Amino acid sequence: MINALVDMFDTATIASIVAGASALMFATMGETISEKAGVINLSVDGSMMLSALAGFVVAFETDNVWLGFPAAAVAGMIVALVVAFGSIKLSLNQVAVGFVLFALCTELSRFLGQSYVGRPPVGVPAWDIPGLSSIPFFGPVLFDHNLMVYLAYITVIATYLFMYRTRRGLELQGIGERPEAAHARGVPVNRLRYFYTALGGALIGIGGAAFSLDVILGWSDRPTRNLGWIVLAIVIFGGWHPLRAAIGVLLFGALQAYAINLVPEYPSLSQVLPSIPFPAMIVVLVIVNWKALLKWLDRYPFLRAILRSDPPTAIGTRFEVN
Amino acid sequence: MSLELRDIHKHFGPVRANDGISITVETGTLHGLLGENGAGKSTLMKVLSGFHSADSGEIILDGKTIKLASPVDAIAAGIGMLHQDPLVFLPFSVIDNFVLGSPGERRLDRAAATRELNELSERYGFNLDPETPARLLTVGERQQLEILRLLWLGARVLILDEPTTGISADQRAKLFVTLKALAKEGMSVIFVSHKLEEVADLCERVTVMTRGKVVGEAELPVPPEQLVEMMFGQAIEIRDRDQVSLGSSHLALDSIRTATGLLSEEPISLEVQAGEVIGIAGMEGSGQDTFLRICCGMRAPKEGRVAVGGQDMTGKHYRDYLAADVKYLPAGRLEEGLIEGLTITEHFVLAGEDRSFFVDWGAARKRAVEQVEHYTIKGTEASTAESLSGGNQQRVLLAMLPAELTVLLMEHPTRGLDIESADWVWEQLLARREQGTSILFASADLDELLRYSDRILVFFSGRVIGELDASATNVDEIGLLIGGRRSGTEGVAS
Repeated sequence: MINALVDMFDTATIASIVAGASALMFATMGETISEKAGVINLSVDGSMMLSALAGFVVAFETDNVWLGFPAAAVAGMIVALVVAFGSIKLSLNQVAVGFVLFALCTELSRFLGQSYVGRPPVGVPAWDIPGLSSIPFFGPVLFDHNLMVYLAYITVIATYLFMYRTRRGLELQGIGERPEAAHARGVPVNRLRYFYTALGGALIGIGGAAFSLDVILGWSDRPTRNLGWIVLAIVIFGGWHPLRAAIGVLLFGALQAYAINLVPEYPSLSQVLPSIPFPAMIVVLVIVNWKALLKWLDRYPFLRAILRSDPPTAIGTRFEVN
Repeated sequence: MSLELRDIHKHFGPVRANDGISITVETGTLHGLLGENGAGKSTLMKVLSGFHSADSGEIILDGKTIKLASPVDAIAAGIGMLHQDPLVFLPFSVIDNFVLGSPGERRLDRAAATRELNELSERYGFNLDPETPARLLTVGERQQLEILRLLWLGARVLILDEPTTGISADQRAKLFVTLKALAKEGMSVIFVSHKLEEVADLCERVTVMTRGKVVGEAELPVPPEQLVEMMFGQAIEIRDRDQVSLGSSHLALDSIRTATGLLSEEPISLEVQAGEVIGIAGMEGSGQDTFLRICCGMRAPKEGRVAVGGQDMTGKHYRDYLAADVKYLPAGRLEEGLIEGLTITEHFVLAGEDRSFFVDWGAARKRAVEQVEHYTIKGTEASTAESLSGGNQQRVLLAMLPAELTVLLMEHPTRGLDIESADWVWEQLLARREQGTSILFASADLDELLRYSDRILVFFSGRVIGELDASATNVDEIGLLIGGRRSGTEGVAS
């Protein structure tokens, strides 16, 4: 146990957590953006799978790993647009459409991917940043990966800056919070909902491809299964805040790595640990929604900003101009 | 900016929310728009602020006809609207609420916006901390934030829709000071309210609306009873009442009082006998609904005792009141009375006495068909609640009442009904009365109150300001009381 703990904090383990989190990182940012705009894309698990396949197939057939990512982004975007269109134009329930799309995409990728099972993998080449990667500890942890890993972290920071530092970002939050108020201020609610859902879908797609082209290479039977549900859980855990969600992703990765390290000593526990993020999320939700605590936290704006969990009020609803 | 609305029509399906409305608002005036709930004031203001587009009619600003396709068009033309529930984003900070939607550079310069907010805020004597999230602000402060934002965006006409709902007396005073200052600066302020005394207090001119039409205009001040008459109309004739012999005490309230808010100041006592009809008058929101909810056991009074049929019911559950045959029919027929999506048959099954586990749908439908016929409901047993017109919804509600009733409490029994349905409703109610049911009803229709009540209670700002014998009073006396004046005294009671 102690050994495993020590192992957990060694540089190589931490570096592997950082590297392995890229797929979840992209998808979590995508889902956060979409939900922030008021559209809950429940198809993540399926659309990650489908885009993981799309990414691998395109990269494999063209023998160019970089072409895999745009293909995956398009796949994720199309699925997301179906959710947005179903809600905005056809007044369908977002949850129902998302769930059906999850099942559809999962089975579709299983079917379409049959002939690609076991094909030789295509991987993103490593790219350590010269100079920075030789810094002790921080070098290997942050700067000794590949372009997609760097991009994942840049996406987190960019999402954060966009949401909280720009006018457009504030509008994005507005349309998911109180669309009628956003409309009153001249924000084109439904047009932006299409845009951000599509953008979020593209990021979910890139997350899928990051998995099949970077984390666990190649195609097998439903390689990304359950990852999308974890994304949905982490978005809530992250309180719809990109940075906190990113911490959630790393925490999840750490728990997984910890579980792997524990396998030799406690074979039985290794099955339990990866599921900890779920009860942990429930505990966090109970805490952050605890009225007395929130009231107390109102006196400490900084603490509350860290712990807050304000779901976009209009999430999952439709907005119509009358 | 002078503003003219010319012949505005706006229909929602068969409902004529605005039926040919023309109003002129002069530059620099405080213009009141007075009318009961549902008179069409909010619809008109939504048309004026670009939220609704009118079916026909013109909006003329400084001599030019303008087209408003969205709220942004309105604010660009200088028309800003403050909604009853201010349209702010609760989790966002004050400053974020202030800048959201404002034109400007891509990057958000919060510091510059904060300076402008503080400047404006100081000018009008508000005290808003830019970093506080809006959910921590009171409704009054959220209004202040919205007013400043609209001014910042260049509003020259400011519309306030029922702004005094949910704010404290202090904040109301402050709001009125601000509005007067704005008018002095040349702003046109339209103050929409159903509260007569506020309009009389604040405004220089008033337009009165009823049922989608303008029914009167006046330069203020005018005697409040004149406004009351415009709002409620003059009673035409009072029919002779059938004398019903009153029976034993059915409902007795002994100095009831709530903890805070309405009905907390003066205890109310009332005894209602079998077969007695009590009318409840007053401006909307003067405590009538709280009173009725106490009578039916939905709300417990803080002090005092309630007895039904001689039996003490104080502190008992709503179910016990129902068991004692006390029934309440609220004003929101579709919101509180019926269930959207359920058919008439299903409603009768839910309301019925039959407690068996399985529903005998065949029998239920048969009974529903009978009821539909008996109560001349326009619809079928399979019609859903929301597909019925207001009058037919009221018929279903009355049809669902149990056969035995001790006390029947109703809000606006005939509001929104055509004359035929209204007469029918009262036929039913008077038949109940013959059987000894005591009826308490709140109404905004003075004619209805005088025609059907034995006694009339007048509510004013959370108190019973008068208890009148209906056969010995008249419209003028009730009108005075509704406006807050006890007859023979000068000045508005507060």
